[in-house]
Amino acid sequence: MLKLLIIAIDSMLISNIVLMRFLGICPYIGVSKKQETAAGMGFAVIFVMVMATLISYLLQIYVLNPLKLEYLQTIVFIFVIAALVQIVEITMKKIAPTLFDALGIYLPLITTNCTILGVAILNIQKNYNLIETIVFSLSTGIGYFIAIYLFAGIREKLDWADVPEPFKGPAIGIITAGLMSLAFFGFTGLVKM
Amino acid sequence: MQENRFVIKNAPFLRGKEDIKSIMWTVVVALLPATLWSIYLYRYRALTVILSCIIFTELFEMIFLKVRGVKNVFEKAYDGSAFITGLLLALNLPSTSPWWMCAVGSFVAMLFGKHIYGGLGNNPFNPALVARVFLLLSFPSIMTRWTVGINLTSQTFATPLGMLKTQGLSSVSNLDYLKLFFGFPIEGVGGGSIGEISEFAILIGGILLILRRIIPFIVPLLYISTVFVFTWIFNLIDPIKYASPFFHMVTGGLFLGAFFMATDMVTMPITKKGKIVFAFGCGLITSLIRLFGAYPEGVSFAILIMEALSPTIEKFTKNKKFGE
Repeated sequence: MLKLLIIAIDSMLISNIVLMRFLGICPYIGVSKKQETAAGMGFAVIFVMVMATLISYLLQIYVLNPLKLEYLQTIVFIFVIAALVQIVEITMKKIAPTLFDALGIYLPLITTNCTILGVAILNIQKNYNLIETIVFSLSTGIGYFIAIYLFAGIREKLDWADVPEPFKGPAIGIITAGLMSLAFFGFTGLVKM
Repeated sequence: MQENRFVIKNAPFLRGKEDIKSIMWTVVVALLPATLWSIYLYRYRALTVILSCIIFTELFEMIFLKVRGVKNVFEKAYDGSAFITGLLLALNLPSTSPWWMCAVGSFVAMLFGKHIYGGLGNNPFNPALVARVFLLLSFPSIMTRWTVGINLTSQTFATPLGMLKTQGLSSVSNLDYLKLFFGFPIEGVGGGSIGEISEFAILIGGILLILRRIIPFIVPLLYISTVFVFTWIFNLIDPIKYASPFFHMVTGGLFLGAFFMATDMVTMPITKKGKIVFAFGCGLITSLIRLFGAYPEGVSFAILIMEALSPTIEKFTKNKKFGE
């Protein structure tokens, strides 16, 4: 139980996927102009991250490891995740149209995202069991949500700032993200892994 | 024809005497007790750090104003805002900081903290804090080289918070809290950053700012009392492992941060409820880092993190429109 809590705090704040591991910067900069869209993206990432990590975990344990095909890990994960997200998208459109309206446009964006693949592979490297896998992917997704939501708040406010012409848009975004990452260094060592 | 002498000009009709300049220089005056005390304790060392920080911030301020194409560079550069950034940065550095580190800090504060966002009033983070954290992560050994005040040997010691973190509670149990509060040097204990030695001197300046209504009293009050209550709870749970709340009051940069940095008008949430949430969050994160984090002191990190949260807090604490 304590280990689950430690995993959750660690992946949410201390090794935050965006601010500390620097993964998934592309949608982080791209979809963070408004807090509403940032929240949509955040929820989509949480959803896909849990699904993809779970599937790839099962695949690793029950298919790749017994067949000694570990070296195929990267390529298998990419294929499976891409296919999974497409299937989820189609199913969701049919079964839960409201959820599709909320997350729909973000799903294809995440298909080829490095955060999803990164978390799936990290999860295998850390030798987590099934419950730890779910907690790890869920809290990493929440960490992504926190980072992109706060960042979008700052960027909304920056719309009124008199930013010099060459730094407008993504440039000032990356600098702000850097400063946020600087601030999040304070959480270092909050829990010991 | 009688001309209409009833000319109505544009609002605002009532004007206060306060402007950026008067507010900024009042803050400088409020920082004087702490500054003078640090100069008395660390003599030329403190003076070098303070002077080089102020000179370099003013220099970079003028350069970046010029680059941005602002008119009246000199008038803008001496409105006191850059002066305060320099002074606050200096007060957040150890007395042994070399001049070039002050220059690097001033550069980071002025460029990444302020001018890249369009100058005063637009920055999401406090420039002095950005510079301090940047220096802490870039030059960790220089930034934690503390000396004892008055005797100007280069022998260095850990600060009380550092001792607590690395050697445990027994190493700090016989420190005189009153001495720490008034900022008198204790043999074998590092004083900390030059501005945070005397909580008493900061309190004088802070009360001046509150009386002049430049800072809202709720922010420092709630910040400090949150840290007090939080550390008290853990002290009650396990008094052998966690230090008393009074120890956390008189050590580190808590007072300097609570009175002079968390209350930055630009980066604090505008709404009243937002300020309360902001101060509470600062206190919570500071205590979390102090009790459980890798760093002995969490004030600057806590304020930066809450500043990142500040626009979101504002959004959730917006006042309701009448009738809604």
